Amino acid sequence: MAAAFDEMKGHDGDETRPAYAELARWLAEVPPDVLDYRRREAELIFRRIGITFAVYGEADSTERLIPFDVIPRIMAASEWKLLEKGLTQRVNALNMFIKDVYGAREIIKAGIIPEDLVFRNPAFRPEMSGQRVPHDIYVHIAGIDIIRVDAETFYVLEDNARTPSGVSYMLENREIMMRLFPELFSRHRIAPVENYPDELLRSLKSVAPLTTTKEPNVVLLTPGVFNSAYYEHSFLADKLGVELVEGRDLFVKDEIVYMRTTQGPQRVDVIYRRVDDDFIDPLAFRPDSILGVPGLMSAYTAGNVTLANAVGTGIADDKAVYSFMPAIVKFYLGEEPLLKNVPTWRCREEEHLKYVLDHLPELVVKEVHGSGGYGMLIGPTASKVAIEQFRAKLKSDPTNFIAQPTLALSTSPTCVEEGVAPRHVDLRPFVLSGRNGVKIVPGGLTRVALKKGSLVVNSSQGGGTKDTWVLDS
Amino acid sequence: MLSRTADNLYWLSRYVERAEYLARILDATQRLSALPLAYVGASNEWESAVLTAGCANGFFKLYDEANEENVTDYLAFSTANSSSIRSCFEAARHNARAVRTALTMEMWDAINGTWLELKRYGNGPTSREEMSRFLRWVQESSLRFDGSAYRTMLRNDAYWFSRLGVYMERADNTARILDVKYHLLLPDNERVGGPLDYFQWAAILRSVSALTAYHWVYRDSLKPWLVADLLILKDELPRSLSSCYEAIVRNLDSISGSYGRQGPAQRQARGLRTRLQNSKMDGIFQRGLHEFISEFITENNRLGGAITEQFLL
Repeated sequence: MAAAFDEMKGHDGDETRPAYAELARWLAEVPPDVLDYRRREAELIFRRIGITFAVYGEADSTERLIPFDVIPRIMAASEWKLLEKGLTQRVNALNMFIKDVYGAREIIKAGIIPEDLVFRNPAFRPEMSGQRVPHDIYVHIAGIDIIRVDAETFYVLEDNARTPSGVSYMLENREIMMRLFPELFSRHRIAPVENYPDELLRSLKSVAPLTTTKEPNVVLLTPGVFNSAYYEHSFLADKLGVELVEGRDLFVKDEIVYMRTTQGPQRVDVIYRRVDDDFIDPLAFRPDSILGVPGLMSAYTAGNVTLANAVGTGIADDKAVYSFMPAIVKFYLGEEPLLKNVPTWRCREEEHLKYVLDHLPELVVKEVHGSGGYGMLIGPTASKVAIEQFRAKLKSDPTNFIAQPTLALSTSPTCVEEGVAPRHVDLRPFVLSGRNGVKIVPGGLTRVALKKGSLVVNSSQGGGTKDTWVLDS
Repeated sequence: MLSRTADNLYWLSRYVERAEYLARILDATQRLSALPLAYVGASNEWESAVLTAGCANGFFKLYDEANEENVTDYLAFSTANSSSIRSCFEAARHNARAVRTALTMEMWDAINGTWLELKRYGNGPTSREEMSRFLRWVQESSLRFDGSAYRTMLRNDAYWFSRLGVYMERADNTARILDVKYHLLLPDNERVGGPLDYFQWAAILRSVSALTAYHWVYRDSLKPWLVADLLILKDELPRSLSSCYEAIVRNLDSISGSYGRQGPAQRQARGLRTRLQNSKMDGIFQRGLHEFISEFITENNRLGGAITEQFLL
């Protein structure tokens, strides 16, 4: 694996890239203990505000802080423009793909996507076949994970088209940075992100059921306090000024959704749901779910309520479908994809599987439906035993896996024990789709692998976050 | 607003108010039990504390004897007691998290800060000094929460439901003290004015933070019937039953005013308020103090049920 591209110092480490010039000067001036002091201050503030997340499978730590790094990750305006175009293209294609899969199925007829990859996919929802949604928008909120390998090349690592999380960190990280480092802000012109909730609300209202005549009533549906992203749900509901509801706050009567209020039932038009498909309606999906609303699907298919994201969008962020994204973009838009896909071997295909089995120590192997960094193999850092164990798992169920080369994620200066040092980062911008098109606030969530050399940025695996600055040209 | 949100706000306030009340009981009991026997008699103050806290059943399932150590642990720190100070603060913080969006930053800060601080006390203070610091801290935490609610919340239904919780809990607590200690307050008590009861009366007043108030209202030494009068009928005392009901009616009226409709909860509260306004201590004593209080507790619980039924489900 070649040396990683550093976002501040480039490949060779002897130049400072223009976007980082001011920051580099500032870092040279500021005494190390000031950084350390501010870092502790940030942690204190986060703890007080209660920005915590839960790690599943750890009994005693129901609430933990995601480590926050005080050194921002900076992008030039030109770099962002490139990304913005690419993201818009990609999300448009995702929406058209989902519409097609549940509609005319042209892409399957054209032989571009194998039939069984769609219909035998657990994320495929037959209930959605023939179902239209307002303005043909399925993925209202997408979180597209981007990695960078050099000055010009960005890859999409993953599309998150179900219920992507992390946007509260994007917003809170900015707030906290402005509080801790006002002097840094006066030395830069940074595009704001604080209008995200307004854009989101506008977007959600624009996809209200076509029959809604009054101002649409939007609510945010959360699985509840015990969900790992609960803080984000309450944070967003607050910023949006909409009710944060749990399944038990809603009920369905005559295919219309109501919420229980102190003044009696009140009709609901748009549900920004942060509950997975499986749990959303015990009558339609998992009968043991207590998080959902019985009858919600009937109201949904009757067109009386909009769910954001739509049911069944998981078909588009499946990692095996991911590998077809370049073809999907070309098929629907007739354009070359602006954002690259990481080369991907689909273990469901015999030749690919053979290659993967022969090259396990150099590859990253992931479960098709996995997320959060769970259940994956990182060849270069795994022990021989771990590789052999994984080999057995892979052989027994190859369709469940894909493999990718180990990419040298770019690094960004990060505050760690030994001072300021480069650490690997990725980026998750949040892409909103509504009746009036795609909207992306400039920036996103930068996740950073705090361990030296580590490529895993997931918060559940010890990753942290940074504020992401897009400079105004 | 969502019924669940109203319910959470209502209970959040109740839990915080209850924690403060428990701290006052423990404080008053500690003082009483520190007095020489000759001043307080041989009664078991710690057992009485458990009774006034309303958790005798649970307590005696775990312990045979009510002494300082057991009772302090059970009322303040026990996780087995769902109404211990710790459990109250934990439940309050849990409710607060569930309705983050309905709280102001100051309220959240107060309750979250309390919860974080609570962890520092671990399984309880090791000395009496530390214990009294703890009890003072509990009362300050409650004051801070109450104050931030009062000073920062919008005056809308969220505020009224949270106030309603405070006063319902307060009425219940004051009534419970009266229920356990009523025999000390009867005017025909044979030991009227005796030194034994004097300190008991003081302790009762201290539990509802009314010892100084008593002197300002009556300008007299402690008399049991006046203590009863203060706790039941005096509108001036914020923890009297009458004053609590004045506030309950006022907040229910605000809610029904803004919703544009009345319901059973308002009617019940107003009925009870009128009854308190029309009562005199003489009459209450004649018909029986204990009967009066028992009846009040039943009525107060009924109102709690009516509020839940009308708004919180």
